[in-house]
Amino acid sequence: MEKELRLMKGNEAVAEAAIRAGADGYFGYPITPQSEILEYLMVANPYKTTGMVVLQAESEVAAINMVYGGAACGKKVMTTSSSPGISLKQEGISYLAGAELPCLIVNVVRGGPGLGTIQPAQSDYFQATKGGGHGDYHLIVLAPASVQEMADFVDLGFELAFKYRNPVMMLSDGAIGQMMEKVWLSPPEERSKTVPEWATTGKPPTRERNIITSLDLDPQAQEIFNQKLVAKYNEIREKEVRYEEFQCDDADYLLVAYGTSARVCQKSVQLARAQGLKTGLLRPITLFPFPSKRLSELAGKVKIMLSVEMSAGQMVEDVLLSVNGRVPVYHFGRMGGVVTSPDEVVEALKSKIIGG
Amino acid sequence: MAKIRGSIVVNVDRCKGCEVCMVSCPTGTIAMAKEVNHKGYFYAYPANPDLCIGCASCAMVCPDGVITVYKTKI
Amino acid sequence: MNEATGIKEIIKPDNLAYKKTKIMTDNVLSYCPGCGHGTVHRILAEIIEEEGLQSDTIGVSPVGCSVLLYNYLDIDWQEAAHGRAPALATAIKRLLPEKFVFTYQGDGDLAAIGTSETIHSCNRGENILIIFINNGIYGMTGGQMAPTTLPGMKSSTSPYGRDVKLMGNPLKMTDIVATLPGTYYVTRQSVHTPANVRKTKKAMRKAVQYQKLNRGTCFVEIVSNCPSGWKMTPVESNKWMEENMFPFYPLGDIKVPQDQVEKQEPKSE
Repeated sequence: MEKELRLMKGNEAVAEAAIRAGADGYFGYPITPQSEILEYLMVANPYKTTGMVVLQAESEVAAINMVYGGAACGKKVMTTSSSPGISLKQEGISYLAGAELPCLIVNVVRGGPGLGTIQPAQSDYFQATKGGGHGDYHLIVLAPASVQEMADFVDLGFELAFKYRNPVMMLSDGAIGQMMEKVWLSPPEERSKTVPEWATTGKPPTRERNIITSLDLDPQAQEIFNQKLVAKYNEIREKEVRYEEFQCDDADYLLVAYGTSARVCQKSVQLARAQGLKTGLLRPITLFPFPSKRLSELAGKVKIMLSVEMSAGQMVEDVLLSVNGRVPVYHFGRMGGVVTSPDEVVEALKSKIIGG
Repeated sequence: MAKIRGSIVVNVDRCKGCEVCMVSCPTGTIAMAKEVNHKGYFYAYPANPDLCIGCASCAMVCPDGVITVYKTKI
Repeated sequence: MNEATGIKEIIKPDNLAYKKTKIMTDNVLSYCPGCGHGTVHRILAEIIEEEGLQSDTIGVSPVGCSVLLYNYLDIDWQEAAHGRAPALATAIKRLLPEKFVFTYQGDGDLAAIGTSETIHSCNRGENILIIFINNGIYGMTGGQMAPTTLPGMKSSTSPYGRDVKLMGNPLKMTDIVATLPGTYYVTRQSVHTPANVRKTKKAMRKAVQYQKLNRGTCFVEIVSNCPSGWKMTPVESNKWMEENMFPFYPLGDIKVPQDQVEKQEPKSE
């Protein structure tokens, strides 16, 4: 079967991609700027065609716990929200990571902190990559920069989630969620009939009972479990880094940006080069695992790195860690829902080149 | 005339000495021992075994399920 | 095994009248002596065995004294975050509609932090069984006040007795959910005497059978004791419960499904 071409909003693309990926369940709650995902699914009514359960939960907290219940049955389940709702989900996310459950969580980021604004931002980077919930765990974090990637990362997200038995987060933002672009949609996949051997589906006589929990009151055992998680995250760091480079081969100056900021920086690279500044862009696609190794290599080649984010500076810390002092690293970003413009980035870069 | 006679088996090590079986017993079969088990509980035991009618009231209320009940017609 | 036995001649396999169900594992229960949790576990386990549901049951355990419930019944289990069990159960039942799904929750879990999940799953009429163990106190964390703590009742966070002017009145969650059209069968029972154990088992068996009909939520409250939290012996706590908890939380069916009205037994005056 062939892919289908449509013009869609990022949010709608996520919803359509979920149906086509053979998702078993979606549990969500309205919040701007991502309510279209739930609305699209309600209109599409996939329960009639694929049997996919779509439920508007009473809160983001209830929704993430419904995801937990479904994931523990070995099902492909997901939820979506935006920044304040993702804050509400942190307890559930920690439990999902602690119980090693696969699932997809989409954050269409808006400006914060608090109730904030409904316009796009990138100020949830720390929350997504450094914890957010309590305890030693990580989410695999995918950062789409287009409507196409919002669609593609649903399937990729589920694939990684089940491969590592870990929750996966798609960190989008209000601009990509709301913009309309061409998107190639994959042909529909049937919902899987395979049941993972760890899932709770009712204990048959042929196996021991399955218990999905994140509790262990024996500290020795809990330490061993945490070591197991550390090993898992190290494996993910080895094998799952994804990024894209734009004109980095001969670059003197490197922009590091993801999502909407990366789209802006592509233009900034062109503008800067037109002014004689050999600039490149490294776009991390996975924010966890972060492309530290590649940045470290590039630290030997470029004179300055500028982390461009719609925030007060969060990813810049990971860039600093990656280069370990070998090259100056700066941050530039608008906040509160204001989207950076390509000229501003070039001006910021120039000021760093001159001023240091 | 046939009479129902019962006999209970108490898992002494698991009994927590809560006494709920004793107050539930309709015939006064059960009493609490004057010695403790290895966890320090005064365990329940059939002090008057001849009175037992095998009604299983004790087993039914036991939160720890430590009592097994047998009964027969004599 | 160290045993205290009655008349040895009667102890023969042919004469077996009552034995702990094999659905209960061999693990020693972590509960305080005389706590009703163990009794409720056993009743539920017996029903699962008698109805042949072991391979079709998924239980959701709470945070509270019964957090380790998954060590005691030999079925598939999910551990929920505090108060969230009905949300997990909602997803499980909607994704695996042929299975028997239940939650088992204490009063803090169900009526404090989980109030929203409780009300909304009952309101949607999720086809699950919610088992609510109400002992008017937070046992696991050391005896703090609960939403169902009685007026004037002392706890570690109401050391001078619950003052309704400051702390509100006890929440009668069972009565609240009975008013929702989504609940199908709502009842309140206890397990402190053999007669009540029988009634509870009858009520739970009904709830288990009703789930196959997919007509809404079954909600079984068990008014129970907490000897440690109430600072009494188990026998004293059962007496105190009869004298104080039952007048406030009366036992009996609160909502009986209209389409299941059985032959009425003659009521005694």
